[in-house]
Amino acid sequence: MPQTRHVFRVASPMRRTAMWADAVVVVGLAVLLYAGVRLALGAPPAIRGPEISLAPTALPWYAGLSLLRMLAAFMLSLLFTLPYGYLAARNRRAEHVLLPLLDVLQSVPILSFLPVVLLSLTAILPERLAVELAAIVLIFTSQAWNLTFAWYQALTTIPLELREASAAFRFQPWLRLTTIELPFAALSLVWNSVMSWAGGWFFLMAAEIFSVGRRNFRLPGLGAYLQAAASQGDAGAILRGVGALVLVIVLLDQLVWRPLLAWADRFKLEMVEGEGTPTSWFLTALRDARVVAWAGRAVGGPALGLLDAWLLARMPSPTHLGENTGYAARWGIHALSVSGALVLAYGGLRAAALLIAVPLAAWADIATGLLLTLGRVVVALALAVAWTVPLGVAIGSSPRLAAWVQPLVQIAASVPATALFPILLLGVARLPGGVNLAAVLLMLMGTQWYLLFNVIAGAAAIPQDLKLTTALLRLSRWDRWRTLILPALFPFLVTGAITAGGGAWNASIIAEHAEFGGQVLSTPGIGSLIAEATAAGDYPLLLAATLAMIVAVVLLNRLVWRRIYRYAEDRCRLE
Amino acid sequence: MATNGDLLALEHVNQVYTSGERPFFAIQDVSLALREGEFVTLVGPSGCGKSTLLRIITGLQRPSEGRVLYRGQPLRGINPHATIVFQTFALFPWLTVLQNVDVALKARGLPPTLRTARALDLLDRVGLDGFEGAYPRELSGGMRQKVGFARAMAVDPELLCLDEPFSALDVLSAEALRGELLELWTTGKIPTRAILMVTHNIEEAVFMADRIVVMQKDPGLVVTERQVHLHHPRQRKAPEFLEMVDRVYATLAGQTEPEHIELGSAPGEPGRTRPLPHTTITDLAGLLEQVANKPGDRADIYRLAEELGIDSDHLLRLTEAAELLGFATITGGDIALTPLGETFAEASILARKEICATRIRRVPLVRWLLSMLQATHEKRLERGVAQTALELDFPPEVAARQLETIVDWGRYTELLAYDDTRDYFYLEAAGAAPTIPGNSGTAVHEK
Repeated sequence: MPQTRHVFRVASPMRRTAMWADAVVVVGLAVLLYAGVRLALGAPPAIRGPEISLAPTALPWYAGLSLLRMLAAFMLSLLFTLPYGYLAARNRRAEHVLLPLLDVLQSVPILSFLPVVLLSLTAILPERLAVELAAIVLIFTSQAWNLTFAWYQALTTIPLELREASAAFRFQPWLRLTTIELPFAALSLVWNSVMSWAGGWFFLMAAEIFSVGRRNFRLPGLGAYLQAAASQGDAGAILRGVGALVLVIVLLDQLVWRPLLAWADRFKLEMVEGEGTPTSWFLTALRDARVVAWAGRAVGGPALGLLDAWLLARMPSPTHLGENTGYAARWGIHALSVSGALVLAYGGLRAAALLIAVPLAAWADIATGLLLTLGRVVVALALAVAWTVPLGVAIGSSPRLAAWVQPLVQIAASVPATALFPILLLGVARLPGGVNLAAVLLMLMGTQWYLLFNVIAGAAAIPQDLKLTTALLRLSRWDRWRTLILPALFPFLVTGAITAGGGAWNASIIAEHAEFGGQVLSTPGIGSLIAEATAAGDYPLLLAATLAMIVAVVLLNRLVWRRIYRYAEDRCRLE
Repeated sequence: MATNGDLLALEHVNQVYTSGERPFFAIQDVSLALREGEFVTLVGPSGCGKSTLLRIITGLQRPSEGRVLYRGQPLRGINPHATIVFQTFALFPWLTVLQNVDVALKARGLPPTLRTARALDLLDRVGLDGFEGAYPRELSGGMRQKVGFARAMAVDPELLCLDEPFSALDVLSAEALRGELLELWTTGKIPTRAILMVTHNIEEAVFMADRIVVMQKDPGLVVTERQVHLHHPRQRKAPEFLEMVDRVYATLAGQTEPEHIELGSAPGEPGRTRPLPHTTITDLAGLLEQVANKPGDRADIYRLAEELGIDSDHLLRLTEAAELLGFATITGGDIALTPLGETFAEASILARKEICATRIRRVPLVRWLLSMLQATHEKRLERGVAQTALELDFPPEVAARQLETIVDWGRYTELLAYDDTRDYFYLEAAGAAPTIPGNSGTAVHEK
């Protein structure tokens, strides 16, 4: 309440907290500075070369380099997301092109991109730079799409009254962006950033060591470290690598994502005081620290004010409710769509020429590969549902259980499955059908968390009065599941399964074909076809298999998942 | 039409939506002038285009045809001299009260030092000092709307447009805020030259306005205008006040016509298809019982609104339904039960169903749907087919609402049934009941 705020402001409140918070901030800054200087000056020669050193002292550098790669890709994603989503949301004609395009891009198996990107980059750039850029582009393609969708969706769902208010009060575009659009999208952008980073780690592990044809590319980083450790069978190094990875992920979670989520909670649209707002000790520390407050007053505030004033003075007031697409912008869109069409036509011709070169037998392989991989995806999904539903319901309906299981689950979920895959392969490869089993397990590891988190959310959303009613009616356990829990979970389960299914298809490229220790482990499927075509430099087959996979995934989504989803939303959504 | 003293003038404004082949007039040929110093309200049933008119006047929307003149000049784009207060407040939830007002000044390009002082002064004037640092979610509805008013005042509007500003508030806050707005307005504490308020609350319109513009729907046009020559503060119980309310109600409720005119014609037949008022039979029964409790089985419509605790929009839909089904007649703002209406009010639940069924069967729209159902082989009809057919006579959303009403009336009287899972109408006698046990649309639901 405002009155209490006044009261508290008079006395300097909670001095002890402020001291503690200042200490946290100052120490944190010192550590950051020290680490930065050490990293910049003292890199051991081992990490520069193409060989991966398994020495523990190399780990911090590898972790730092991987982190930088992720950061660069994330920045690239944001740079892509903001204008792309804006154009799609504000321009009807652009929307018709950009949205379907995004939909297709989303179902493209990311790993198929890499050789093409890599080879075209090595043609024009020095190799080290090209490989670095290719890895960043690969990670970008695993981070960008969901962010773009989130931003587009936020822009198109801003309540009409807020848009009308901004038009009636004649907000300049900059003011509209900072007071309505970004705040409205903030929560979903932050959540999607968390997801993007998780997806990014998954592919970073695969992007740091890569063979195309006979050429072997490697980048110093945690992913390369883990793979090198696995192929040398060095258990200690594997443990150290996974440990370092978990540490980085947990630190990021505590120091970046949690504070951001807690901070973004203010942008909730709801007009009632909510309960259970997310908290973050680090954000609390930042808020309480006088150092930060001082820096904000002395530097941040005035700088932002100047930027604001400068931009506002340069923007005319809008005169219409809709986006007033200027002459230049319209020409831009025309030029863009014409050149886009040209590129598409040229690319299409080239692709057709390549596809003609694919022999009939290869198409048959592709068809059986699709079926085999589909089978694996279904099995992985079924296994995931089988264990996540009971556990998810238990966690979702018992706050006490959730309190200690949820953090564990979150850490487990944050470890990218690709990091553990080499270990897994070592374990099961020798069993009969071991590679097949490993492939299903990798798909499972990569996708089960989507399901689990959705089930937890679904179980937590079941209204208490319905649960009480089933108890009062003395329904048997099975009847309770059948009449209440399963229908209530269904929409959440479907949402989780759609994401998980897409992820599983994508993972098949790593899961069905692996090389380490000079050994090739492979099991037939569309993923291994793609991976083998990449390794052999067989571009017609690579293109054909990739296209087949895209078409299969898009068709599955359109024909199967969308219907189930609609049914679930119509019939089972509890309001 | 436009004279020099007019602040704003609308000349032959049309707002047309084309859906399918037919154009529908959301607003038809509206000409209206607003003079300086006037407080005008627009009243009418929901869907009569009054909010659209407000958006046209503020420049948020461009009319399909006609001219909007502001001080004699044609309006292009957003009207810089007008501002709007929204029904749902339209506050930015992530900004504090102070920032919400400040941002309107920022958009005008005022430097930060001036802004804060100005915003604090405005908040002071609407009585929100002390709440500057609060977020909208911490405030009650009435206080949120005060922020809405302060923000609107921040831009020194000549023309203040209010879009049902009190209808989302509880009774007490609404009453308090009305008084406060009138005080600011009548004492000249705000630089506003004219106020235009949209409302469907007739009493509110009479309480506040100098002039009441009455609109009707399908198509949305101005029926009549009434000057209110009462001094502020107005007394709600004063006979002149009640008489004015009664007269506005009388205009809106209309007169009961001979039956064939009331019922209109069926879709596809020549003549006007009468849309069904969107009500449930349960609510209608409530109205008839209330009237039956009055001496002589008749009542002033305006009094019923207060007694039943519903807004005038809802009440007028109910009286229209009673009229359409022949349960009541309406003359000069009074509603009187017919003998059939009296019988209905006293009947048992089952007898009510019977009575209603015979009456509803006569409504051309229902008759039309029943005959279509009879004509089909399986005695069932897809909702989509009915919707398409109705869209020849009504805009899509009106057509959809017609079907919703028919579903309710049909289920109540058991004349027809509706399967919500597979989206079709069917006749129960034909045995076309859904085959999935425990998931049926056969039960007579009441919403």
